[in-house]
Amino acid sequence: MSTLKWKLFGIAIAFPVTVAAAGPNLGQPLSHADLAAWDINVLPDGSGLPKGSGTAAQGATIYAQKCAACHGEQGKGGISAALVGAPPMKDMSSPKTIANFWPYSTTLFDFIRRAMPFTQPRSLSDEEVYALTAYILAQNKLIGEKDEMNAQTLPKVKMPNRDGFIPRFPERM
Amino acid sequence: MADIAVVAGNGLLDRRAFLRASGILFTGYALSPARAEPLSEPPWSREPGTVVPPYGTPSKYEKAVVRTLSNPNGEPRNSHARTPHQQLQGMVTPSGLHFTISHAGNAEIDPAQHRLAIHGLVKRPLVFTLDSLARYPMVSRFSFVECGGNSAPLFSPEPIQASVQALHGLASCSEWTGVPLCVLLDEAGVDPKAKWVVAEGADSPHLSRSHPLGKAMDDAMVALYQNGERLMPGQGYPMRLLLPGWEGNMNVKWLRRLQLTDQPGMTYYESRTYAQILPGGKAYQFYFLQEVKSFITHPSPGLNLKGPGFYEISGIAYSGNGRIARVMVSADGGQTWAQAALQEPVLSKAFTRFRVPWQWNGGPAVLQSRAWDEGGNAQPTRAQIIAVRGQTSKPPPVLAFPSQHYNGPTSWAIDASGGVKHVYA
Repeated sequence: MSTLKWKLFGIAIAFPVTVAAAGPNLGQPLSHADLAAWDINVLPDGSGLPKGSGTAAQGATIYAQKCAACHGEQGKGGISAALVGAPPMKDMSSPKTIANFWPYSTTLFDFIRRAMPFTQPRSLSDEEVYALTAYILAQNKLIGEKDEMNAQTLPKVKMPNRDGFIPRFPERM
Repeated sequence: MADIAVVAGNGLLDRRAFLRASGILFTGYALSPARAEPLSEPPWSREPGTVVPPYGTPSKYEKAVVRTLSNPNGEPRNSHARTPHQQLQGMVTPSGLHFTISHAGNAEIDPAQHRLAIHGLVKRPLVFTLDSLARYPMVSRFSFVECGGNSAPLFSPEPIQASVQALHGLASCSEWTGVPLCVLLDEAGVDPKAKWVVAEGADSPHLSRSHPLGKAMDDAMVALYQNGERLMPGQGYPMRLLLPGWEGNMNVKWLRRLQLTDQPGMTYYESRTYAQILPGGKAYQFYFLQEVKSFITHPSPGLNLKGPGFYEISGIAYSGNGRIARVMVSADGGQTWAQAALQEPVLSKAFTRFRVPWQWNGGPAVLQSRAWDEGGNAQPTRAQIIAVRGQTSKPPPVLAFPSQHYNGPTSWAIDASGGVKHVYA
């Protein structure tokens, strides 16, 4: 090793270089506006629900156009699951339906908005998602035919099986 | 020369018998194999071979070693591809044979345009490109991933006749390399009010699952590589969430967003699909763990024995709670047990290959394995599981998921002709 390199080595030991940051810090700041198109989670307390509203009557029209091909007329089931009805839970493989199983109404809005229709997810407006949510809840007699679903009313819809769950490992939550 | 001790009923031998290179002597068994054919020079040894390809694929003679598909024509529903355990060895599942469940096909993601957003209860909402994540210090670990619905046919009141691939093929093990999730969350600055992380994929269902912040800060990873190369599309290319030892569906593929929240999302998959109905009508929720399990892969249905003599029984054991501590194997339906050899390395939350030498006398035998993990958790018996979880009223179709999180033992009955059948014992 040359004398010059030895000197540099000595300097490096004597004066270790430190940087202000602990990590790479390569994440770029993300504004609320920039996130908007992806910010679609709806939580059980209703946070994340957008502006807008819809009714079962509005939802019936959209359902017939965009949902009935798979889920059947009036939600009675087709190549995809029935959306209406609450068959008794006889055993472990009983159908888990919206009315007999789902604990939170907000899940319905969240799932329709993120995943439906199967071949064209994210194509529905928030108004259409509210209307479809209202239609399915009304078909299941969980809300009235005229009830409007919006960010205030939807989280208040109490689902029949809300208290039907046992966390398997509560100590890990 | 040393004798090999028979250590349990029906011919199970000492696990240490073949772990050292010493002379061995079978006592009590006459070894008189038929004389072999004379050797000759085959065609492939008489001419140069084929062009070496840029990306290697298995021999053309291995075409039968593939995953079985539940939806080969891509109909508009979910797709399952099951790992052929009966044709594999060791602890690592080849990337192309790693099981896949896709709820609407495999997303085809341009990695240059993919983004990972972290937001919600953080001080600094951030977005990462794949190139930026690739510059972070990485970690590698072996970890199994198992679908919560793996082994569901064993909830049937009668044993369903199917291969180990059909019964247990929704579990696989890879080496995963990526960025510890805690590093990225620290960079974003976790708000003390945050308790949960809601993860979302970039696939068309925008699949989302919640996990507690404690798991995120413990051993969660944003995985970029699988067995040394970039993730397979069916594993979430270009990035997936890895929650070692936890329910497969929670390991969100095609990961694009993590929202920190004060409550779980109660998403479709956690509040409906992966909640298990119990006798009496209540249901488990947030099962999280894939608990200690083992099953024998060799022999298993389809791998028939070719006459009495020596066989190695081998299989896979794993636990979402840590390392496998012990595996016991029975050849007489659980009356007597021999301790299996555990192939090193024995790693936390990874497949562990176990092996037991066996001298089959040609009579009826029922093979079964049971595993224990380092936390002292025992693989439960089927009776113990059914007492808590129930079973179906009639045998379900083999591809159905009547419930999830079955981790009881699997028993294979050997008949006098060497055939292997699924039984309850």
